[in-house]
Amino acid sequence: MSDAITAEGLVKRYGEVTALDGLGFSVPQGSVLALLGPNGAGKTTAVRVLTTLVAPDAGRATVAGCDIVRDARRLRERIGLSGQYAAVDEHLTGAENLEMVGRLYHLGARRSRARARELLERFDLAGAADRPVKGYSGGMRRRIDLAGALVADPPVLFLDEPTTGLDPRARAALWDTISELVAGGSTLLLTTQYMDEADHLADRILVVDHGRAIAHGTPDELKDQVGGNRVAVTVSDAAEMETARQALAWVAVGAMQTAPESLRITVPVTDGPGALREALGRLADEGIRVRDAGLRRPTLDDVYLTLTGHRAPGTDEQAREAVR
Amino acid sequence: MNAFTTTVADGWTIARRDALKIRRSPDLLGSAVMFPIVFVLMFAYVFGSVIEVPGMSYREFLIPGIFVQAVIIGAQTTGYTLTLDLGKGIFDRFRSLPMAPSAVLVGQTVSDLLMNIASLVVMAAMGLVVGWRVHSSPGEAVLGFGLLLLFAYAFSWFTATVALALRTPESFNNIATMVSFPLMFISNAYLDASRLPAPLRVAAEWNPVSTFTQAARELFGNTSSAMAVPDAWPLRHAVPVSLLWIAVLLTVFVPLATRLYKRAVSA
Ligand SMILES: Nc1ncnc2c1ncn2[C@@H]1O[C@H](COP(=O)(O)OP(=O)(O)OP(=O)(O)O)[C@@H](O)[C@H]1O
Ligand SMILES: [Mg+2]
Repeated sequence: MSDAITAEGLVKRYGEVTALDGLGFSVPQGSVLALLGPNGAGKTTAVRVLTTLVAPDAGRATVAGCDIVRDARRLRERIGLSGQYAAVDEHLTGAENLEMVGRLYHLGARRSRARARELLERFDLAGAADRPVKGYSGGMRRRIDLAGALVADPPVLFLDEPTTGLDPRARAALWDTISELVAGGSTLLLTTQYMDEADHLADRILVVDHGRAIAHGTPDELKDQVGGNRVAVTVSDAAEMETARQALAWVAVGAMQTAPESLRITVPVTDGPGALREALGRLADEGIRVRDAGLRRPTLDDVYLTLTGHRAPGTDEQAREAVR
Repeated sequence: MNAFTTTVADGWTIARRDALKIRRSPDLLGSAVMFPIVFVLMFAYVFGSVIEVPGMSYREFLIPGIFVQAVIIGAQTTGYTLTLDLGKGIFDRFRSLPMAPSAVLVGQTVSDLLMNIASLVVMAAMGLVVGWRVHSSPGEAVLGFGLLLLFAYAFSWFTATVALALRTPESFNNIATMVSFPLMFISNAYLDASRLPAPLRVAAEWNPVSTFTQAARELFGNTSSAMAVPDAWPLRHAVPVSLLWIAVLLTVFVPLATRLYKRAVSA
């Protein structure tokens, strides 16, 4: 299948800051790519360059077969964008906002109106359709902005942190909507702070840091790249954390992760069951009361930690908390 | 659709949006409708009771000047709302859509023109209430209103340019006040400029506000033979010079505002 998005050596500088430093990737038609990276990695800049909002200083890219510089106008007919910050008009109602977007996509008055109602229904905003957006909550604004990206049913979608600020129900609903769209053949590039979101939605993940791609692959490939299993241990007393860390250092083959709030220590190990047995033995020798212990596959959070050297901005736990 | 019809259709979509915004913003509506009413009443009754102009009532002399003043204040809506929009993300939305980029400014200026029409209607009505009358032919009166509206439209592009260069509502308001007050007051809008001391008189005679005011007075028939005929060139040919001003404003500021808009939004 052909690529809906291709990017090669994209560079974008803001004064001293190099927001994009030779970023390149491609997204096959009908698939989902998640851009993952810490604050300031260049995710938003990448989205803005690909949606023609800013011109790159160097590099080339095409979206839906259109060059981002030479073919910008035609490109815009084929994309939908929901940026990191909601781009809606405060004084207009939700329905008026979407209708306006429809007209500017040249759908015509009647189709724009029908489409607006349809999307308001779909994003659970029918009740607020005729109220000015000024009075919407943060999550409602987010949703009306997302709806704006879908008005013309564009073949390529760009969603910059689409679920940030959504409540669990809205997030689950958006995941469903996204899955439906992709099943219908749309291509999606999304950025996210949430590991499990990338894990759940994306066919492929691009980990970005300092404007460069530092890893690329399917969620499973990335996990394999980081390799091995994890032993996760929860102790029952905060005072025992340090001793437990020392005991577990014997089995660790990489950086340990400590979560003091949840009293959990995670260590990468080579041989799963054996390492778990040994870890439990050493903890018992130290007289540490273990509340929970187990073996698990690496999560994307582990991938992220290994690759960028810092924890993901929104950790796995928070994300899962939010979805529950 | 070709480029031209797209621009017209998109401009109209944007103008409708801006008109809705104006309708829902009490502050904008206030300045569009309340200002003129307050000004007409204040000048007619406060200044009107002490200022005299030879051969005619001060109120008849005053109202065309108030029209010009209202146009200058009304056209500032264009610049002001642009600076407000620049602070929000809405221009990102517009720029990601396959619309004509020029439609944003065309739509904004057109909707502000509609607002200026409403404000002129209110003011003309107020004027009639306080004793202003049209003494010329209906055709000339229509020309008078047409000239004021053309000026309003052209001046909107000027305030758009200033706004897109300054980019924040605060700095725009400061500059707008600093520029428009001398423009309005060092003119013949409120008094007979020929009686000002020499340097102020020259400034007033060449001030475009005086030219537009003089043109409006001529077209509405609010002049008096008892008053000294102004001998400054722009005032002796007020109507053609007004049209010239409008042409100059449009040729300079339409392209300039368009260029600055591109620069302001693509940062
Ligand atoms: N308009 C701008 N002017 C100056 N610097 C900018 C601009 N936009 C982005 N930058 C800089 O470019 C870098 C990348 O920013 P970008 O917004 O793309 O990061 P991000 O990955 O989206 O981060 P976040 O997760 O916080 O949204 C940052 O250092 C940022 O400060
Ligand atoms: Mg961002």
